[in-house]
Amino acid sequence: MADTTTPLWDVIIVGAGPAGLAAALYTGRARRRTLLLEKKIPGGQILLTDWVENYPGFPDGVAPFDLTDSFRRQAQKFGAEFATDEVKGLSRTGRGWRLDGARQAYEARAVIIATGSDYRRLGIPGEARLTGSGVSYCAICDGAFFGDRDVAVVGGGDNALKEALHLAKYARRVTLIHRRDKFRGEKVYQERVLAAPNIKVLWETVIEEVVGQEQVEGLRLRHLREGRVETLDTAALFVSIGTEPLTGFVSGLLELNEWGQVKVGPDMRTSQPGIYAAGDVSDACPKQLATAVGTGVHAALSVEEYLAAQS
Amino acid sequence: MAAEGIIHTTDATFEADVLKSPIPVIVDFWAPWCGPCHMIAPVLDEIAQAYAGRVKVVKVNVDENQVAQRYQVLAIPTLLVVKGGEVKEKAVGFLSKDKLGELVAKHL
Repeated sequence: MADTTTPLWDVIIVGAGPAGLAAALYTGRARRRTLLLEKKIPGGQILLTDWVENYPGFPDGVAPFDLTDSFRRQAQKFGAEFATDEVKGLSRTGRGWRLDGARQAYEARAVIIATGSDYRRLGIPGEARLTGSGVSYCAICDGAFFGDRDVAVVGGGDNALKEALHLAKYARRVTLIHRRDKFRGEKVYQERVLAAPNIKVLWETVIEEVVGQEQVEGLRLRHLREGRVETLDTAALFVSIGTEPLTGFVSGLLELNEWGQVKVGPDMRTSQPGIYAAGDVSDACPKQLATAVGTGVHAALSVEEYLAAQS
Repeated sequence: MAAEGIIHTTDATFEADVLKSPIPVIVDFWAPWCGPCHMIAPVLDEIAQAYAGRVKVVKVNVDENQVAQRYQVLAIPTLLVVKGGEVKEKAVGFLSKDKLGELVAKHL
């Protein structure tokens, strides 16, 4: 039970990535008391990329931190408040919803879940042990440590292609390992990868083990069609095989789809009244910065309708 | 903006700032192009304030300095807790203020 002295927010947004920041701008401009809870700092997963060149309005591209920091300032300008906390629980109250954070409890009439996603792990031997010692989930962060070395990337989507291209600037050779026989990523990136002289693609291949004592020394690979097993010498493995939605504290409360994303209706409502979802955590967002922003705005507009209908 | 009490060290000053420090030191290996390094910066500011006088926070820009190699730093952000010239803790990636506080408190 939330005690009645807990301040009642009109809307609490969980997660300050692009979706949450865009939602906060709109609920703030609607003059709704808005609190944005973020466990790290505002920005979200896009901060793991080096350069954004597919967000409309920036023909020369933009640094992700500059972009999300301007989102934050814009939301704050219109009254959204920010707090650092990690939400651990969500439960119904007489007035709306109670959110249990690691630091304190909060209460709101409506909630927007914009927790986003975290990178997916391969789950193979050696991966966890050698993380930070050659296994990395952020080529932008760690690529420069492997200048003139041989490195590997696993994945076939936009991010894997971008990471391979980024690494090709430093590394002697980049081996891109993909379990399918074609990429899923944007054609522009596919063309650049296939044209890069120091990127080699291994198709229909999976990694079975990351090998190394103190640091990554190689990978044990298996060719899916031929069954052939081989070892690739590499100083690093950059894992870029997609993301997992962060739904820990809503599982059991909200309906999820088979990939663990929060199911939303056409107005971003979830299976519970007053709870909306936006961005990568929802099943309505194709994991693009622009669609995260779009679904965040949409959720905020739906929250406004919901609140207006209540009072 | 770094908070008061955070030192930006270099290869030349690393020994004096870190290895010869009379109090424990958190060393943050970072670079300007690293998103998660931006994420951890405010945590380090808070820790520097909370432990002022008891713990020193020192940043090393890996773009401009080689000292990271000596500590097998292959990912950033990497944080070391150094006491009496010796590495006591090593952590890779984002840490919350509470988690970093716990790591440091062990060596006060």
